[in-house]
This record gives sequence, C-alpha cells and structure tokens, in this order.
Amino acid sequence: MIALLIRLLSGVQTRWVGVEPAVRPRVYFANHLSNLDLPVLWAALPPAIRRRVQPVAARDYWTMTPMHHWLATRVFHAELIERKAITHENNPLRQMEAIIDRGNALVIFPEGRRNISDDGDLLPFKPGIWHLARNRPEVELVPTLLDNLNRILPRGEWLPVPIMASVTFGAPLRLGEGESRESFLERCTAALAALADDREEA
Amino acid sequence: MSSDLRWFAFAILGLLSLATVAGVLGAWLSRSDKARGAAADANSRLLAWWFLAGSILGAAWLGQTALAVLFGLASFCALREFVSIHRTRKGDHRALFLAFFVVLPLQYVFVALPWYGMFTIFIPVWAFLLLTARAAVAGDTTRFLERIAKVQFGLLFCVYALSHVAAIPQLTPKPEDGIALLCWFLAVVQLSDVFQWVWGKALGRMKLAPTLSPNKTWGGLIGGILTATAIGAALYWMTPFSPGRAAAFAAGACFLGVLGGLVMSAIKRDAGVKDWGASLGGHGGVLDRVDGLAFAAPVFFHVARWVLGQGL
Repeated sequence: MIALLIRLLSGVQTRWVGVEPAVRPRVYFANHLSNLDLPVLWAALPPAIRRRVQPVAARDYWTMTPMHHWLATRVFHAELIERKAITHENNPLRQMEAIIDRGNALVIFPEGRRNISDDGDLLPFKPGIWHLARNRPEVELVPTLLDNLNRILPRGEWLPVPIMASVTFGAPLRLGEGESRESFLERCTAALAALADDREEA
Repeated sequence: MSSDLRWFAFAILGLLSLATVAGVLGAWLSRSDKARGAAADANSRLLAWWFLAGSILGAAWLGQTALAVLFGLASFCALREFVSIHRTRKGDHRALFLAFFVVLPLQYVFVALPWYGMFTIFIPVWAFLLLTARAAVAGDTTRFLERIAKVQFGLLFCVYALSHVAAIPQLTPKPEDGIALLCWFLAVVQLSDVFQWVWGKALGRMKLAPTLSPNKTWGGLIGGILTATAIGAALYWMTPFSPGRAAAFAAGACFLGVLGGLVMSAIKRDAGVKDWGASLGGHGGVLDRVDGLAFAAPVFFHVARWVLGQGL
C-alpha cells in the first residue's frame, strides 16, 4: 500500500539495464540526492525483493521523530547506523555483514551524505563498500542510479514538486583479485557515473 | 445529459466495443511473433481509449465543473511530464511549486467560474511576470533565460492552451449544448489522429516531416483530416453550426492538431526522448495524447466565439 502510494506520488520509473531483478543477497549502491531516496528506491523494487531488502540509513536522521523511526524500522526495514563516533561496538560494517549473512539484500549510499551540486558529479565514495566487497566476495554490487529526486525535494526545501523520478539498475560489480581500495572505489564510481551518461544519451 | 449526447455516447462506446472484439480476435488469430506484438500494441492503445472515453463521457454527464476538474488533472499530468524531462535547477524549485499548485488550479477555477476576462490572460500576464520574478529572486543565473523559457512554455502549452478545451461549453447559451460541442471537438481531433494512422498504414509513401515524425505521411495526413472532417460534418447536430461550417471548423481543428503534434515532436527530439511518458499504454504519456488538443483548442475557442456572435 505505502509502496504503491510512493510510486504514484513520485511517478517513479524503474529500469533494469545491466541486471535482472532477483531475490538474493546483493548490495545496491546508489547516489544520494534527497531524503526521498530511501523511500522511493524501496518502493521501486519489485515486492518479492522489497520484502528481503534492508536499506542502511543514518540513525541521527531517521530517529528525529517517532514517525521517522516508525517508517525506517517498520516500513522500510532499515538498518540504522551511526555516522559519527564510530567505535568497535557500533561499527556499521558488522551490521551490513549481518544483513548479508541473513540472506537479505542491502541498500547503501556510499557518498555518505546528500549530493547538492546541480551538475550531478558524484561525491567521493566512503571506503565501506570496499570493506564489504572484500569481506563478502560472493555478493554482487549493483550500481543504482537515482534521478530527479533532488528536483522533487531539494535539500533545505519542504515543499515537493511533482516531477517524475527514475531508478536505474546497472551491471553488477565484484572486487577483483588483489584489487586496491582506490581502484575499486574508482570503478564503483565510474559504473554509477556511466549509468548517468547513458541516460543523457538515451 | 441531453439526448443528442446520449446517442453520441452510445456510438462511441459501440465503436470501442467493435474495435475491442476485433482486437481480441486479432490477438487470437495472429500466428507470427510480429503480428502478435502488433496486436498487443493495438490492444494496449485500445485499453487506454476505453479509459479516456470513459472518463470524458463520465465527466460530460456530470457537467461543466467535472470537465474542468478532468482537464485540470490532464494538465497536471502533462506539465509533470514536460518538466520532468527538462533539466531545471534548484533555483527553479519555488517557481515550479507555484506553477503546479497555484497557477494550474487557479487557471481551471477561472475557467470553471467562468471568468472569461481572467482565464484568457492569467498565465500570459500574471504567471509570466510573477513566476519569472520568483525565479530571478532565487539568484541562480546559470542558463536563466533557457530555464524560465521552459517553465513558461510548459505552462502555456500544458495548462493555458489545454484549459480552453474545458472552456468550450461557455460558447453556447445553454451549457448542455456546449458540452455536446466539447464532445464533438474532442471526437473530431482524436479521430483525425486515429484515421491519420490508419490511412498512413494504407497509403503512406511520402514522408510529411522525416526529421520530426518519421511515421507521419502526406497520405495519412490528407486521408485522416478528410475522414475526420466528414465525421465532423455528419455530427453537425451536436454543434450550433450548419453542416458546412461544422466541416470547416473540423478541418481547421484537425490541421492545428497536426501542427501541435509536430511542435511537440520537435521538443521531444531536442530533449532526446521518444514519448513523454508511459502512463497511457501504447500512446506514451498524457502529453502525447493531448498535444494536438492543446494546439487546436484556443484557436477553435476564439474563432467559434467570434462566429457565434459573442464578439472578439
């Protein structure tokens, strides 16, 4: 019900370009544009996948009000993580690995915060995705391009504009043998940027 | 609903039923994959026609206000499709919010009242000046003229021009006659589209505008407009016009409808998309369906108003 409502309101179009929808442990890594990213990406997934996906979300934002908390944990089944003051006990990586080990898929935003530039260049990725790829090498990393969400609700605005959003899933990546952190993060960024370029040409 | 309109509604629903039977038979009888694909495409278009005809006849039965609401929703969907494919920036956000949630509803309120002196100038004067100022105050000058031009064009085409369809019932002294005239106008312009497609398949050789719409042909254009004009003349009893005048109005509306389609094709090509959306099955988006109407409606409205003696 809530998914249908979000799809209707955001007019989201879903494209599977380099990958087929499948229920299996995967990491969907997406660019971060707006507070609407998580709800819209969640709603854009087919119901069978949606039931087995856990987005990773910032605890500070999604516990702001009881409503946020309810949505994050009860509706989106989000795993709330710390963004500041990381210790051994609350290391988000352990939480993400646990999700994979449960056989669920994961949604992460490796940019770590919302990208507010108008030109759409990606922010440098945080290294978590590399650790994840190294510790769980069997898992596919699916680049996921969100588009137009920053136009629906830009940072600092509270009135949404009914522009249609889109979600594009690209060809999955895996960590190469002995691949360095820099080269892997670069490859992930390039895969996501390539989806954006395809869209410009299409 | 007047008895004239009831006959018209029966005719349209009968026509759709016939086409549906043909479509189901076609899908059932087709052997090759290609034929099956063509049948599926035709049937998804037909389903959208049922939806469109149903909502328009339903609104016509409810009256003028329902028609204003229906076309207001169509404008909303069309504007949404138009703005979505163009790259607006953060500085446009407030102006876009005003366009969708203030200008659009107000325009249809003015049409529904009806307040002729306001709905004919509201967007070209008030929205033009105030929205442009709102975008300027936001302070982002990058591609400023291009960005405001896109918002203004979207408003003029998807809201201002299209809203004239909902104003057609004001042309006659009795509203139910006007609603019949509106249905006549919609049927003629839409049937012209359908018959252009049919004639284009049958005798299409010479391309009309190869760079804009590769599927449009001169044969289709002339055949389609002539057929729709004949239908318009035959249905003259739905209008306040004589058969001859009804034919002239039908031909003019169809011709403008074609021009509207070409203009929107040029914009689509420029933006690099084939259809405005996917909400109406084989038709594409809402804007793909109403582009001709939006072009034909204001001209039809003003010429008919002049001919019917309400002055310029």
